[in-house]
Amino acid sequence: MRSQFWQLLSIQFKEFFREPGALFWSFIFPILMSFGLGMAFKDKPEILQHAAIVIPANADSSKLKNFLDLKCKKIHNKNNEYEFILDNKKLGKTIDHFFVRTREESDVMIKRGQASIILAENKGIVNYFFDPANSESRLAYLTISGILNGKSSISNPDEIQTLNRKGMRYIDFLIPGLLAMGIMSSCLWGICYSLIEKRSKKLLRRLVATPMKKSWFMITMFMSRFIFTLLETLALLVFSMLVFGVTIQGSWLAFAAILISGSFFFMGLSILLASRTANTQVGNGLISSITMPLMLLSGVFFSYSNFPDFIIPVIKYLPLTLFADSLRSIFNEGSGMNTVMLPFLILTTTGIAAFFAGLKIYKWN
Amino acid sequence: MISNVGNQPVVNAVNIHKSFKEVKALDGVDLEIKPSQFTAVLGPNGAGKTTLVEIIEGIQFPDKGDIRLFGKHWKHNKDKLHHLIGISLQETLFEDKLTVRETLRLFASFYELTEKRVDEILDMVNLQEKHRSYVVHLSGGQRQKLALGIALINNPMLLILDEPTTGLDPTARREIWDILRGLKKNQGTSMILTTHYMEEAESLCDQIVIMDKGKVLARGTLDELISASQTNEIIQFKLAGQKNVPDFNKFINVKEMKYDELTDQFILHVANTSEFLPILIRYLNEAGCKVSELRCRYVSLDDIFVQMTGRKLTDNTLGI
Ligand SMILES: Nc1ncnc2c1ncn2[C@@H]1O[C@H](COP(=O)(O)OP(=O)(O)O)[C@@H](O)[C@H]1O
Ligand SMILES: [Mg+2]
Repeated sequence: MRSQFWQLLSIQFKEFFREPGALFWSFIFPILMSFGLGMAFKDKPEILQHAAIVIPANADSSKLKNFLDLKCKKIHNKNNEYEFILDNKKLGKTIDHFFVRTREESDVMIKRGQASIILAENKGIVNYFFDPANSESRLAYLTISGILNGKSSISNPDEIQTLNRKGMRYIDFLIPGLLAMGIMSSCLWGICYSLIEKRSKKLLRRLVATPMKKSWFMITMFMSRFIFTLLETLALLVFSMLVFGVTIQGSWLAFAAILISGSFFFMGLSILLASRTANTQVGNGLISSITMPLMLLSGVFFSYSNFPDFIIPVIKYLPLTLFADSLRSIFNEGSGMNTVMLPFLILTTTGIAAFFAGLKIYKWN
Repeated sequence: MISNVGNQPVVNAVNIHKSFKEVKALDGVDLEIKPSQFTAVLGPNGAGKTTLVEIIEGIQFPDKGDIRLFGKHWKHNKDKLHHLIGISLQETLFEDKLTVRETLRLFASFYELTEKRVDEILDMVNLQEKHRSYVVHLSGGQRQKLALGIALINNPMLLILDEPTTGLDPTARREIWDILRGLKKNQGTSMILTTHYMEEAESLCDQIVIMDKGKVLARGTLDELISASQTNEIIQFKLAGQKNVPDFNKFINVKEMKYDELTDQFILHVANTSEFLPILIRYLNEAGCKVSELRCRYVSLDDIFVQMTGRKLTDNTLGI
């Protein structure tokens, strides 16, 4: 009996560690991702703004032409392209790149996303054409109109105080989200997909035609997956602590509790989703259709506060949001068990409910 | 284990019905397997063979009918019966990245068997050299041998194999047949084997059950089946140069005439070949027909199946 348990557990480990793809997505990919994004957002990056400029055909004293000739630098080897650099010690560089084009060409540039604003002149007055719904265009408008009117948009550099204390950087926002996302994918692909695949290969029905204990099959699958998610979490955590100095400011107990509840939830969900599907393509679609929207909505990479107001209350209670937000508040706001009690309970109870519901309708044959 | 088995049937299935939506996969099938009997369930694709054996294996459940193994129903006797049977499903794929030995070891652990049994099985199915290969790297024949090894691991009283040689090349097929023949010699094992190769049924099994469309059409030993058909001798040939198709039915000797469009052959079921052959040749000569590929033979399971259903057992006749 004990040998059955160990055999079932050991095949889980063998399957996992013998699959280079699984190892890459579980360990290497999250680290690469955090490294890439962490570096990209480390220093305040240069802001690059692209504007198309339409100069009137036969106006000798064009305001725009004067601006380009006198204030801007002509870019080497490029036709009718100019650059204006606004430098500020606190903010970093803002580089404005101007393309002198016809009106038609300018429109095409906007459509292709090659420029975010068009400047044209009408009776000596500069007109700005842009989509006000696009924040990039609006920022370009504010900056460029400021420059054209002869003033930098920063009145007093002293009033700017930059925030780069730990817990307030982008990487501090990112890592807890990546941890939550990693656990979600690990459970859904590692349990849900793997069960569907075993069913489609008829391996499940072959297994249950032996005296194998079904409960041990499930328990060993869960145990091993839990260990894998811990290893994945540990790898990313250690990496981000060493490379970016990320810290867990809150309670480690709360951290452990939320990790467990998040894993429970996605393991339970995996069983439910895998309970009847026998087709790996359906399984693939099913998992993607859950992970993709969750990744986009739950603010793994960028805060969901930019979504429309009416949808935010819904987003806040999505499982991945509960999971990631709780981790974030433990990492960055120093939260303890009290603060994350509600998400902890929601994730744990729904996870267990999904697990038993899934087991109830589970199709072994 | 053997003590309470006695002489009762190993399998006793009575009036089994099973439907999937519109399809009647099994339409009142009876099956009895005696101890040490090797039974072939022979039928074309979709005959209901898999459904029948999976019901016997306790994997599917009949809509109607009674099924007992060693006198026991599946309900309440699951664990006991699982220890008594060994099965190989049609097209099971084992874990790709486990080795042959690890796969056998896993299944051995379900029966609380030791590594010694794993080695015995490796010998029995001739996979010693492959014991460290990943399953994903095995050939079709080697995979079937592994599946057979797993079926044999608990030394079962009843072995149920669903199309163990389908899709294998003749050499691999013969190798599996040899393993199964060895089993017959050494142990008191009973076996049910489904197949659509008549050679497999003929050469391995004592009892042959012919199925089509969810029904049993005939059953018995090979001899019984052949003597039950109206005739047991066949003359087949090709013709060239005939003006119109001759009507062989006018000879009293000819019980049945068939023309196989696929092979362009005439197939005559005759009562007595040696008596009729000279008459036939003379008749064809006089009619100005050229005879080629003339063959005289006994009736085969294939012919019997064609007689019963008007269709062939297999479309592709893999020559063995
Ligand atoms: N799970 C199922 N769902 C629907 N139809 C099925 C299912 N299993 C078998 N059938 C149908 O039942 C019939 C018998 O199938 P099967 O027992 O697999 O035949 P065989 O093994 O002889 O090829 C076929 O028509 C098949 O399509
Ligand atoms: Mg079948």
